[in-house]
Amino acid sequence: MSSNLINEYFRESKLPHIWCPGCSHGIVTRAIAKAIDELGLDKDKVTIVSGIGCSSRAPGYMDFNTLHTTHGRALAFATGVKLANPELDVIVITGDGDASAIGGNHLIHAARRNIDITTIVFNNNIYGMTGGQYSPTTPTGALGTTAPHGNIDKPFDIAQLAAAAGATYAARSTAYHTTQLIKYIKKGIQNKGFSLVEAASICPTYYGRKNKSGSPVKMMEHLKNNFVDVKIIDKLPEEKKAGKELMGEFKDITAPEYTAEYLKLIDRLKGAAK
Amino acid sequence: MNTKDQLDLKINKEWCKGCNICVSFCPTNVLALDHNEKIEIVNIDACTKCGLCELRCPDFAIWLGGKDNE
Amino acid sequence: MSKKIKLMQGNEACVEAALMAGMRFYAGYPITPSTELAELSALHLPYYGGKFIQMEDEIAGIAAAIGGSLAGLKSMTATSGPGFSLKQENIGYAAIAEIPLVIVNVQRGGPSTGLPTSPAQGDVMQAKWGTHGDHPVIALSPDSVTETFNLTIRAFNLAEKYRTPVILLTDEVVGHMREKIEIPAQEDIEIYDRVKPKENEEYVPFKTEEGEIVPRMANFGEGHRYHVTGLFHDESGFPSNSSENAEVMLDHLMNKIDNNLDDIIDYEEYMMDDAEFLIVSYGSTARTVRSAIKALRAEGIKAGMFRAITLWPSPEEKLAEISKKFDKILVAEMNLGQYVQEVQRIVKSNSEVYHIGRANGEVTTPSEIVNKVKEVL
Repeated sequence: MSSNLINEYFRESKLPHIWCPGCSHGIVTRAIAKAIDELGLDKDKVTIVSGIGCSSRAPGYMDFNTLHTTHGRALAFATGVKLANPELDVIVITGDGDASAIGGNHLIHAARRNIDITTIVFNNNIYGMTGGQYSPTTPTGALGTTAPHGNIDKPFDIAQLAAAAGATYAARSTAYHTTQLIKYIKKGIQNKGFSLVEAASICPTYYGRKNKSGSPVKMMEHLKNNFVDVKIIDKLPEEKKAGKELMGEFKDITAPEYTAEYLKLIDRLKGAAK
Repeated sequence: MNTKDQLDLKINKEWCKGCNICVSFCPTNVLALDHNEKIEIVNIDACTKCGLCELRCPDFAIWLGGKDNE
Repeated sequence: MSKKIKLMQGNEACVEAALMAGMRFYAGYPITPSTELAELSALHLPYYGGKFIQMEDEIAGIAAAIGGSLAGLKSMTATSGPGFSLKQENIGYAAIAEIPLVIVNVQRGGPSTGLPTSPAQGDVMQAKWGTHGDHPVIALSPDSVTETFNLTIRAFNLAEKYRTPVILLTDEVVGHMREKIEIPAQEDIEIYDRVKPKENEEYVPFKTEEGEIVPRMANFGEGHRYHVTGLFHDESGFPSNSSENAEVMLDHLMNKIDNNLDDIIDYEEYMMDDAEFLIVSYGSTARTVRSAIKALRAEGIKAGMFRAITLWPSPEEKLAEISKKFDKILVAEMNLGQYVQEVQRIVKSNSEVYHIGRANGEVTTPSEIVNKVKEVL
């Protein structure tokens, strides 16, 4: 028994999903389905590609063309799918490790090409599937099973990284700010070019326990209280800015899209001698 | 589109993992966890059908559905 | 269109053949000595409505090619040693997810960056065992420009027919030498296309129909919404942890090749009718062996060659049978001893097996082979 949304866009026989109690990946996954529903996309044309990790299990539950690839490579596979058939609406689901560590090169180059792929990063600041090792987005000082003495790495800002690398739409919301998250995902899908929407997510089982962040509810409250919209951060007094993380839209521009440019090239050569 | 009157709050206990997120963030305290740590409706009269529980349930276990769509 | 006579390089012939076989997608990363494959694909594909993309690295090259294949286009990627190493994980992905794909490896000297502009045949075992886990492998080894053309067509046909990655294992000599080649008319080339699901029938994406070799393959976007994963999966395509299922799946992956060896395996017997001494070789080294055999015969030593064209699966049955007639076999290859191990495995105690080869970037000369044969005799 489930809602119309779940019924329409999920493979119900595969539910309930494997994610831990309180893991917010389900919230983000549902938000993607909701965005697809509100945009009225043709299910047969939607292709969801993922890599490896907790978040990358999402496509298996979703009733579209779904491709669960190798660790870090989702965007490279997705680039092939999209270029081979530009009519497909290609969405990549990836995690912080998958997207910005092992797959970091593919991320910046997909952004640079401005290929029409919408990437949703489920950022829970940890490698969950392998048991809580620190990731490229684990905050400095936080604990992980491979940072038992505190993380000395500096974290990536994935949304801003994508924006700097050439994404034409880049935004960040959280699993708490779900309505806004759905709005950003919709805008990302509608953008004809490379879009990245980072969804700050929670991992109560590994990140939460290791860092004594409290219950799933406490971690959701942290998302609620700690993320401030980029549009209002400057209006806050200095003492209220301390320790805050930014959410909101970091980039929303128009630029030539890769597959459209390739089709133009094919058109230009039409009739010319081989 | 259903108007709010035509919607009912529905739950699927089998999918609920008892994370307590919907209970804690319900603006009108409609929900609670039962003795098995599964979601239950304790004060339906207070429900404004805002749908926040559905938006934030990680397990798709609570939603606003059509009254005739059981 | 009629046949054409041309003078071209092996790498050029490969692209020419790929286009005629129906390649409409190429993704890769530049690497010597395979770059002509990327350059010519970039040049020609758009005229056919096909797509070329230079990816950010070797891994992305094969990943995008797999994506292109799933979206319905016949896909190819090409590389050489270091890139072949990098592509291994996704070769395994294509094997387990049963995705047709052609991977060309124009071999160069290794290990590591090695000898980028010099030939080698050092990736023979990597072609078979490079990716982790048990998996089927088809690897073809051409010894001329014409055969590069023919085997490229075959590689695409085998990939589509058996839903598996096919490796064209050429080398710097064959890739860069120029030879006369007769390119057949398009209508004279036999092309095999993947079998798609029947219409109006429930699609079980990884179920093989009775009497068929592999599951029918739906392209993404054509209305069959299914799941593809590198995890062990059942007929539905969804992951399964069951060891029983894993066994069924591995049996299918291996058997689709093992039960069709007659269709897949190819070899050449050169001056074997009256041969008293056998040389086993493949690829560009086989060219040297031919010269050596002529020289040996001029001196009264009746040598012959068995040339493996499909290195994997190896022409085991035929070689085992032939080996009964020879006390001694020399394996000539451009490495320090790779395929010789396969030959030893196959001939068992039938023959004593000797090896000649080097991996310093220089090809073995005919006179070295002649001397080795005399030494062995």
